[in-house]
Amino acid sequence: MLNAYRLHHAFADQTAVLDNVSLSLEAGEWLGLSGHSGAGKSTLGQLLAGHLAPQAGTIEVDGEALPRSGLQPVQWLPQAPELSVNPRWRVKRILEEAWTPPAELREAFGIEPGWLNRYPGALSGGELQRVCVLRALAPGVRCLVADEISSMLDPLTQLALWQALREVVDERRLGVLVISHDAALLERLCPRQLTLSEGRLSPSVRHGAQSA
Amino acid sequence: MLTIEHLTLQLPYYAPWWRRRWAEVLSDVSLELHPGEVHAVVGASGAGKSLLAHALLGLLPEPKRQTGRLTFHRQVLTAARQRQLRGRELALIPQSLDALDPLVRSQRQVSWAANRAGDARANAWQAAGQALTHYQLDERSKQAFPHELSGGMARRVLVAMAHVSHAQLIIADEPSVGLDPQQRDRVLDALAALARQGKAVLLITHDLRHALPIAQRVTLMRQGRCVETAFASAFQGDGDTLATDYAQALWQALPDNHFGVTPTAQAQNVA
Repeated sequence: MLNAYRLHHAFADQTAVLDNVSLSLEAGEWLGLSGHSGAGKSTLGQLLAGHLAPQAGTIEVDGEALPRSGLQPVQWLPQAPELSVNPRWRVKRILEEAWTPPAELREAFGIEPGWLNRYPGALSGGELQRVCVLRALAPGVRCLVADEISSMLDPLTQLALWQALREVVDERRLGVLVISHDAALLERLCPRQLTLSEGRLSPSVRHGAQSA
Repeated sequence: MLTIEHLTLQLPYYAPWWRRRWAEVLSDVSLELHPGEVHAVVGASGAGKSLLAHALLGLLPEPKRQTGRLTFHRQVLTAARQRQLRGRELALIPQSLDALDPLVRSQRQVSWAANRAGDARANAWQAAGQALTHYQLDERSKQAFPHELSGGMARRVLVAMAHVSHAQLIIADEPSVGLDPQQRDRVLDALAALARQGKAVLLITHDLRHALPIAQRVTLMRQGRCVETAFASAFQGDGDTLATDYAQALWQALPDNHFGVTPTAQAQNVA
């Protein structure tokens, strides 16, 4: 469904952070991505979601290039939710930016009605992260790039977030690229895992898949 | 070294029409810190962990209502004593890297901390240099401004400041947030080393898994209350030696364990 072919991206100092990287993500697939800090994981995520334009290579969703405007079929969920919301919008407006999530989903993500009238600064990082994840699940979205979305959460909140997300993703057969430093978490979520190192992707060394 | 007995803290909030109400943010918190020990305080955001740290150092703004008893080295820790001991006997490694002065090079900032703790100026400069070397910061980083440092390096500058202050009690507030695994392990190792020197370390974190290898005891906090204090060794296997459902649920929810909610936890809706 999501196909990236021979992506190349270099920063100003000429070091190639991505060097001929190709990747495919199927509908309903959970794909893990790990790698050192600065390996280019987030750059790859932002390229796939259309936040950055690749210097070479193509990205297609269902055979079509990413749209230039409108709702992006690949949504990037960054680590710091407070940087991806307008601090002057109330939570309701943020949540309903692309679609109006039904009350059941709001409940599944643990979003309390009392939050909707507040400003994002009045929510904790974990609370705001759940709002941002649900915001990104508009109809028409095919893939998610979850970039360290649970690293600031305590274990119970982390688990609740992934359980809620897993239900929606599996029902709608979305593709999910999970970027994380947490090997145990990737092992739980993703049957297939890749490692990004020195600009190249390789299959991760793993010890057998488990499911929760 | 430090004893907290029945600490209760209320902070004001303003209801419509600017009527002042009091919200209880810490309720009946008791714990004891021993020299040579890393004591972790673990909880979700909003559990009151950072408020506890600030209350111990007397950094909370007025108005506030605080009851309970704080004892440090068998002496009651009053506001005046907190002011006197801060930066000398008691050190805070703050959560935010904004705590560093953005216009001052690392070695200068660390030497200020040493100076405050009583080192003469020349000694303070030298002590700062040694402390930064100890935390593997090279000459270039010593003369760097905070924005030129990576998150892990800036965090180690903050640890170095606590180190040179010769403080007996070090409170580290979320020291591993936003760091990659190598940097995180280095910072946590630095804290463990401080405890081995006979200091008491209070490690405040949401990251139960990475606190366990360096902590001797763990206190779980939830909604301003201490749920349970357990030995770090109790967090193993199925966690069935843990006394409370909340502790067991937290342990089971880790991806290395069941990554699931236990039936008892679900029944009591602890999540």
